[in-house]
Amino acid sequence: MSKDIWKEKFSKLKERDINFSNLSKIKINPLYTPDDNKDFDYEKDLNYPGEYPYTRGVQPTMYRGRLWTMRQFSGFGTPKDTNNRYKYLLKHGQTGLSVAFDFPTLYGKDSDDPLAQGEVGKCGVAIDTLRDMEILFDGIPLEKISTSMTINPPAAMLLAMYIVVGEKQGVPKEVLTGTIQNDMLKEYQAQKTWIYPPEPSMRIITDILKYCSENVPKWNTISISGYHIREAGSTALQELAFTLANGYTYIDYGIKAGLPVDTFAPRLSFFFNSHLDFFEEIAKYRAARRIWAKLMKDKYHAQNPKSYLVRFHTQTAGCSLTAQQPENNIIRTAFQGLAAVLGGTQSLHTNSMDETYALPTEKAVKIALRTQQLIAYETGAANTIDPLGGSYYVEALTDKLEKLTFEYFDKIETLGGVVPAIEKGFFQREISRSAYEYQKSLEKKEKFHIGVNLFNEEEKNIDIELLKIPEEVEIDQKKSLKKVKKERNNSKVKETLIKLREAAENGENLMPRILDCVREYSTLGEMCGTLKEVFGVYKEPIIF
Amino acid sequence: MEKKIRILIGKPGLDGHDRGAKVIAAALRDAGFEVIYTGLHQLSESIVEAAIQEDVDIIGLSILSGAHMTIFPKIIDLLKQKNAEHIIVIGGGIIPEEDIKKLIQMGVKRIFTPGAPTNEIVDYINSIIH
Repeated sequence: MSKDIWKEKFSKLKERDINFSNLSKIKINPLYTPDDNKDFDYEKDLNYPGEYPYTRGVQPTMYRGRLWTMRQFSGFGTPKDTNNRYKYLLKHGQTGLSVAFDFPTLYGKDSDDPLAQGEVGKCGVAIDTLRDMEILFDGIPLEKISTSMTINPPAAMLLAMYIVVGEKQGVPKEVLTGTIQNDMLKEYQAQKTWIYPPEPSMRIITDILKYCSENVPKWNTISISGYHIREAGSTALQELAFTLANGYTYIDYGIKAGLPVDTFAPRLSFFFNSHLDFFEEIAKYRAARRIWAKLMKDKYHAQNPKSYLVRFHTQTAGCSLTAQQPENNIIRTAFQGLAAVLGGTQSLHTNSMDETYALPTEKAVKIALRTQQLIAYETGAANTIDPLGGSYYVEALTDKLEKLTFEYFDKIETLGGVVPAIEKGFFQREISRSAYEYQKSLEKKEKFHIGVNLFNEEEKNIDIELLKIPEEVEIDQKKSLKKVKKERNNSKVKETLIKLREAAENGENLMPRILDCVREYSTLGEMCGTLKEVFGVYKEPIIF
Repeated sequence: MEKKIRILIGKPGLDGHDRGAKVIAAALRDAGFEVIYTGLHQLSESIVEAAIQEDVDIIGLSILSGAHMTIFPKIIDLLKQKNAEHIIVIGGGIIPEEDIKKLIQMGVKRIFTPGAPTNEIVDYINSIIH
């Protein structure tokens, strides 16, 4: 039967009356055939896993060699509370740690800061000084575990604390493995945790790149994150395009700071969202690998193949969870987790069903971890590499996302690059617009969210257990901060902070100075405050 | 012509999750209200100050960080101190049911939770002001 006959038959029959498009508003055809992949060239477009342009995966073996790292993002209350949760997760088969910090820590403020009121230990764990980090990793051998830290403006300080905890455990910094997020560009665009303006932030980042390439060679120095761009409301396409554009901007700044591209590019990793449209997400990961490799080779002339790789962590979409019928979130998360695995993720966080209400309980987080274990051991999804490679639909979508991403790159270029585009509010406007349009499409029932605008039920009280953070956490944390401040050598603290200030002024690498401050138990607020005096603070353009 | 309803959308504390606040601000603007958006990282004091200066009818606070039991009472209290109790306080965010009950008792007029349609919020505001 020829395609024309099928087309004719199809056009005479009735389609469901909905808008067949994905979340990037790309129109989806009823059928994909070889016609949609006309110029397809296996070796040029896909090639073998571990081979340029890496469309099918970054390693030759992928999950046949080793499964992805199951890494649940977690942190709440005091360092002791979180240390207990880590031990619980490791006991149940988790294979890496991922630290969630509370808002004051994320923002470089101490627990006794006026703006920290009510926020201590709420959204993550509170860290004020090295003492808290010592408690957080107590009994957890740093040479055996890799740790991801979601931390941005104070990334240098938290990395320094981790290094010193390692020293105290007898683990040299050369063997430490893990990640700091350290992606300030997406903060200005989406996540909105900032201290200094973009230029000094980029200087701190390049200091970290340089220091780590010489001293902490196994550390992932930036986790270039689309996750938050997506959570703030972007489409999959915008997530892809903005994240990669940010990545290339770090490359540009690194090169400008005098670092040869192959000394730092291999340590950059990525962090993507996994949202509701299953195939769109899979195509997004595949397109990311191919685009990144192409420009790293053709534009930046990297020689080390490791510089070409998009190694990435995935988290399922928090913003896709519903407060209504919360148990449905388990199923949503399972589909999203499967998409990440079919897209070749290196590590995965699966959200818990109760996260539209509070941080997850132990039971909820165990179900989320079990979801990953189900994907790994029961579904067969990990048995073969890139199982959807060659699908007419997935390949056409991968090509389409790549093409549209390059169009965004051109647009950003005409605005003068990523940093000027941030200053002009370009990304912020794009993301807000997409968030608002998505909300309207839900209200017009062009898109569906089960339990919210389809198959909704009479609201009743939910009957799942929720985690409560007691108010005493803030009191206890402030007490222990006070104790540290009393017991440390305060003249040494002052001395090291003055040296930090001088380094900030004269352009010397900040990392060794920050390490000195950390060793003396300087607080996060003291260190960030010192840099703020030199670098100033960022003021956001207000756009909605 | 009838005076437009004025509403201040505020993001108190350190919480950077502004998607909801911005979507609501845009929806209320499109529904014909005068909307003032404070931007991020506001102290409770500056939100109350701005609300009084802008002569708003309503303050809408967005809090997704778990700090709601500290920040809402503080705003209510500050409004009392400044004799501005006529300004209605509503809010939205990641707020568990049992906390909502307590907040209502403290004087917060209404809390919207995830999934609330924007037209429901518009209708609600129209119903309490007119």
